[in-house]
Amino acid sequence: MNFDDYRGIWIYIEVKDGQIAPVSLELLGAGRVLADKRKTELAGVFIGSGVKALAPTLFQYGADVVYVYDDPIFEHYRTEPYMRALLDCCHKHKPEVILYGATPSGKDLASAIATDLPTGLTADTTILDIEEDTGLLLASRPAFGGNIMATILCKKYRPQMATVRPKVMKALPPDPSRTGRVVEEHIELHEEEMRTKVLQIVRETAKKVRIDEADIVVAGGKGMGSKEGFQLIHQLAEVLGGAVGASRDVVEAGWIDHHHQVGQTGVTVTPKIYFAIGISGAIQHVVGMQNSDLIIAINKDPNAPIFQSCHYGIVGDAFEIVPLLIERLKEEIPKIKAAADVKEEIRHA
Amino acid sequence: MLHIVACIKQVPDTKIIKMNPKTNTMDRASAPAILNPYDAHAVEEAVRLKKKYGGIVSVLTMGPPPAVKAIKKCIELGADEGYMISDRAFAGADTLATSYALTKALEKIAKHRPIDLIICGKMTIDGDTGQVGPGIARRLNIPPLTGVNKVVEVNKEKGYAIVHRKLEDGYEVVKSQLPCLFTVEKDINDISFAPLPNMIKAARYQPTIWTADDLEDVDRKQLGLKGSPTIVSKVWAPPKPEGGKILTGTKEEQVNELLSIILEKKELFS
Repeated sequence: MNFDDYRGIWIYIEVKDGQIAPVSLELLGAGRVLADKRKTELAGVFIGSGVKALAPTLFQYGADVVYVYDDPIFEHYRTEPYMRALLDCCHKHKPEVILYGATPSGKDLASAIATDLPTGLTADTTILDIEEDTGLLLASRPAFGGNIMATILCKKYRPQMATVRPKVMKALPPDPSRTGRVVEEHIELHEEEMRTKVLQIVRETAKKVRIDEADIVVAGGKGMGSKEGFQLIHQLAEVLGGAVGASRDVVEAGWIDHHHQVGQTGVTVTPKIYFAIGISGAIQHVVGMQNSDLIIAINKDPNAPIFQSCHYGIVGDAFEIVPLLIERLKEEIPKIKAAADVKEEIRHA
Repeated sequence: MLHIVACIKQVPDTKIIKMNPKTNTMDRASAPAILNPYDAHAVEEAVRLKKKYGGIVSVLTMGPPPAVKAIKKCIELGADEGYMISDRAFAGADTLATSYALTKALEKIAKHRPIDLIICGKMTIDGDTGQVGPGIARRLNIPPLTGVNKVVEVNKEKGYAIVHRKLEDGYEVVKSQLPCLFTVEKDINDISFAPLPNMIKAARYQPTIWTADDLEDVDRKQLGLKGSPTIVSKVWAPPKPEGGKILTGTKEEQVNELLSIILEKKELFS
């Protein structure tokens, strides 16, 4: 394997409901830094049905080249056709690095590609760097449930691959003047040869506030004592118009569905305000919320590690503090709303 | 008769594990070894499918000799047969080398009894990658269905399975040809209590144990550390956050101060 044949940083561009997934734009931002360091091109690999029209957006977010596989067979993500397209692209254009969002389909695809090429794959990366001269990718990630950080290298194979957690990297501000090269690719695939078929897609959380998109997340832990005690978390979230989060033990105890789990094995959230109530603050939890703008902790135990990871803390009993807070919020929030409405009226007057 | 194989792993309970702050290595003695929680759901689902459609559930693991305990746990959950591959040659394997070794063992199992379905946990709690299951599927050239949280139907006669795959905001219903491989989410089922006869069987159970030499057509270069493209170059403790301001005073004062901090972000409430 001659490493000099492998050039360029690639981002697998994920499409969801006809839109580019936010994580793909974040990865273009991270990939731009790597490509500049290596003085090489940043490319997006775009697989989907009717996606070609979206390619210019990728240039605005940092891509120099976009490889497009546009075919009705790619309407829904499926391992087999997507893998065949990306393998085709790898064999033709030989990248030195491929990054994927650590999403269900990104991880699925990356695992298949790594096995087929074969090459190394680092999962759930949170820090990326590259050696300018050797092109060695330094992919770091929390390991052993977040107890340590580990830097993973792939020295003997190319391309080097990693999946990267959503909401960790930052997308560049879009630059409408940036352009690039679209390379249209094609691969011969026949529906009748495909071994899987997507029969239906069901969206479930339309009514609920999605925890990874909420501006306010109120999370509760084992300190809430019981499923009944945990209701207080729901009440505070409701008053604030936020989503409910939970630590792993709460999910394991069955107080709430695991969609609400924040942390290493759950969801990563970056809300404007994050409440950690009755949560001890194990590193596994903290890695899932540490990038929130404002972290507020309430815990009985003054030595709880959560107080190391918050911006403001109250040492006290949640069952005394939270009801008081709810009461005061119920008084104050309507006032803010009223003031805002007045402003709005003045503006329209 | 379905033959379902669940791939499982014994892992340290990372929730309570302590790290040696000097060496940044795990103090393995500080954490009990358990059956990877996701894999328990894989075995449970295999056993449920066996009860529904009839068949045999085998479990397969790779690990050091004490990992027999994890197989016994699976027998308690209702698995019929256990296989373990254990050899120094497998040590230090990353996900690629792990999927290679497990695939070789699966091929050997399949010679004696063809496999219709492989079920893995979505990921392990020590490796946290979720890459081994799809890797096995690719090596066996069968469809991988990751993130399965419901099995609607397995129809061996007609050669298909229908499942729900979890998406970030819902699920998709997928039909796949058999054989195929599922990786399962925790919410696919609740683990049943082990009935007494299973516990008795498990206590006495000894799995089939194979070394690298027992497997067929093995390329030794693809095993263990040698067969692993990724290496860990460095480990370090995650940066310690500096800690926040603790609000003091009476409860009312604390809450009032907190309230003003929250309401500073008034755009969230207007």
